[in-house]
Amino acid sequence: MTQLASYRLTTRTRTGTAAGLAALVLIAVGIVLPAFVSRSVIQDLFYILTMLTLAQLWNLLAGYGGLVSVGQQAFVGIGAYAMFAGVILAGWNPVFAILLGGVAALILAIPTAFFVFRLQGAYFAIGTWVIAEVTRLLVAQWKTLGGGTGTSLPREATGSILGVDAIRALFSVREAAARDILAYWLALVLVVAVTGGIYWLLRNRLGLALAAVRDNTEAAKSVGVDAGRLKWAVFLLASVATGLTGALIFLQTARISPDAAFALTDWTAYVVFIVVIGGIGTIEGPILGVIVFFILRSALADYGSWYLLSLGIIAIVVMLFAPRGLWGLISSRSGLHLFPVRRRLAGPKIEGGH
Amino acid sequence: MILVDTLVQGILLGGLYALFAAGLSLVFGIMRLVNLAHGDLIVFAAYLVLLGVSLLGLSPFVAALLAAPIMFVLGWLLQSAVLNRVLGKDILPPLLVTFGLSIAIQNGLLEAFSADSRRIPAGALEGASINLGIVTVGVMPLLTFASAIAVIVALNAIFYQTALGRAFRATSDDTVTAGLMGIEPKRIFAIATGLAMVVVTVAALYLGMRANFDPSVGPARLLYAFEAVIIGGLGSLWGTLAGGIIIGVAQTFGAAINPEWQILAGHIAFLLVLLVKPRGLFPRAVD
Amino acid sequence: MLLETRALTANYGQFRALFGVDVTVDAGECVAIIGANGAGKSTLMRSITGVLRNEPGMVLHRGESIGALSSAEVMKRGIAMVPEGRRLFPSLTVEENLLIGGQMRKAPGPWNLAAIYDLFPILRERRRNPGTALSGGQQQMVAIGRALMSNPELLLCDEISLGLAPVVIRDIYAALPKIREGGAAIVVVEQDIGKALAVADRVYCMMEGHVTLAAKAGDVTREAIHAAYFGEAA
Repeated sequence: MTQLASYRLTTRTRTGTAAGLAALVLIAVGIVLPAFVSRSVIQDLFYILTMLTLAQLWNLLAGYGGLVSVGQQAFVGIGAYAMFAGVILAGWNPVFAILLGGVAALILAIPTAFFVFRLQGAYFAIGTWVIAEVTRLLVAQWKTLGGGTGTSLPREATGSILGVDAIRALFSVREAAARDILAYWLALVLVVAVTGGIYWLLRNRLGLALAAVRDNTEAAKSVGVDAGRLKWAVFLLASVATGLTGALIFLQTARISPDAAFALTDWTAYVVFIVVIGGIGTIEGPILGVIVFFILRSALADYGSWYLLSLGIIAIVVMLFAPRGLWGLISSRSGLHLFPVRRRLAGPKIEGGH
Repeated sequence: MILVDTLVQGILLGGLYALFAAGLSLVFGIMRLVNLAHGDLIVFAAYLVLLGVSLLGLSPFVAALLAAPIMFVLGWLLQSAVLNRVLGKDILPPLLVTFGLSIAIQNGLLEAFSADSRRIPAGALEGASINLGIVTVGVMPLLTFASAIAVIVALNAIFYQTALGRAFRATSDDTVTAGLMGIEPKRIFAIATGLAMVVVTVAALYLGMRANFDPSVGPARLLYAFEAVIIGGLGSLWGTLAGGIIIGVAQTFGAAINPEWQILAGHIAFLLVLLVKPRGLFPRAVD
Repeated sequence: MLLETRALTANYGQFRALFGVDVTVDAGECVAIIGANGAGKSTLMRSITGVLRNEPGMVLHRGESIGALSSAEVMKRGIAMVPEGRRLFPSLTVEENLLIGGQMRKAPGPWNLAAIYDLFPILRERRRNPGTALSGGQQQMVAIGRALMSNPELLLCDEISLGLAPVVIRDIYAALPKIREGGAAIVVVEQDIGKALAVADRVYCMMEGHVTLAAKAGDVTREAIHAAYFGEAA
């Protein structure tokens, strides 16, 4: 009986530890990268990192929380507009105004959750979409921020972004390039925080509770998991982070319009495809998905609508023949889990067991 | 008088939205499938009708008559080859597949027909109107509304007075027991989607004759259709008409106050109904 | 041989529910399958009707393997099922529930709407009601009538007495001889040993996924059944 004490529940695996170390190295490389690569590479990486952040967040909602939202563009858009409002109306420094994007997303998320949580399954999806449309149409009425046509960040604001002068001096680049580097670093911070945060959540009690709710809401309730509060928590967290990401994306472009900020295609369709193709319900999936997505985008960039046509068809094919995505194929063949969240019993081998 | 006029225009507009929604309601009611590509399929059918008119020189109504069986077959194939594989307890796969389909159809149409706005020429019907004493109404909106009623009456007749309709309802209740009755649920689903695509063709006819359309207008139609279905309550076609009318009236009143508020007013009406009655106005007893 | 299972196995995921079950049913005969809860009786029914698929050669209808067929295809071969728990269609009226039983297979035979109403006269009165508005016993009559509407060669009755009052069970069992007169073979799955033995020519007893007894209904002793049913000597 004393031997039992040496068994413990763990999520730790050898590949998991190796992947963690590799991630740390990658982050370090990511930080110093602007010293070695061109501005266009930095811009591409910015795009990849922000899309990855959105994909991880949507995956948290749909893959782990069972909340299939097709209205995430609401939070991208409101976050971006709040950042613009902070800069243009209140004269904030754009970097601080990004935080305003998170606050605005939270303020929108509360009534949104109140509405859409009354809806089940598919109704929920449509409900989030309607809320996003309503938000877009309301923001288009906001004449001081350009109404339906949109507006740009004023020169004096973009010229005085916190830290840009230091980056200019450090890398001896033009102001516009320095702004891209700053946005890239912020995107790196965001993606690490979001991915790490989700990983941390899943390895802790929330991950277990989410899995329980996803598998069987009633049973989860009976063992004391409050499914309602859990969904609220996941939805609000994802909304705030999506708002921050939206603000950052439009800090980099420095120009905004309701159609761009609330674009279903850009902020939800692409994101859904990234998660589906990579593998829903895993942390590795969106990472693999964003890489595939970017390669496809680069390869098919010259073919206009063929690109989206093939993206749609690929998503359908993946859903039909590999519903757990590319990462699902890889991990089921190799048993590989870079971000292990499953609990395993660890300890000495049991003698004479089956 | 402006009030009455706005109300009548709104009700008639609701007929168009009910047409958008009827096919969705049918499929949703029978197999709980949410087809996010529904709006794009309407636009696709509108191009099909337009081809009949412009290439073959047919009247739009004859062109729609020809397009309907094509759409039936496409719906049947779509259900058999794709959607039947993803139906199940988990609602995520069908949502994602139809989302992919939506994007694929939009961009396929963009490639085939460009982003230019098109319209199905309706000849003398365009702009014709009838004076009803209190209000003057356009012939086209009136025809749309009458078609919506006709479609709902026909669908209800199929549903409640034919062996096929019995099989629809039985399969919707319990697929396993339906199988024990010799019914192949997947075939029933394929027929239902085919039928929904025939309704989609009717919707497409009026979508294309009443206003300009381009490959990108599908998702907005899907939203109106969905709002009508949800307001009406799952599986009730007359409820869907009521839902369409509520959206239509809200939109015309919104537009009467400020043209920019038309769409917004419709969405807000939807959210308000949802707040009061989350299961819609006429929910079915069994769900 | 009308129906035969050979070394039939069935699994629910990792859990094995049947371990090599051999059962035969001849044309026109009445076979009872008895056993406690969880013995595998319903799994056997689900395997025969194609709700659970199985390997070739495990379930044979007139010598042909039907294990890969869908339940609709099995039904069209003349094997009709009265499922456990009645499973009437709530959206259909009593009459529609009956009609749907015969709309996909129209074989010649004694059963039609009028004949069902003669068998269970109460149903004629309730024909316009929703199926689920009826009492449990009446619902069971609808479920039996629904299965008969296709004039099956083989009628599978899964737990038709479950949850019903004794007087109602008596009425329902009274219908079985009339059904046999119509030419159909019947399989009765029962937990109630007395009821099953009273109507059956032969009896199989199941326990934990195995057939533990196969005998003529007239030959079998109380002790033998007790041993096969509970796995212990009486």
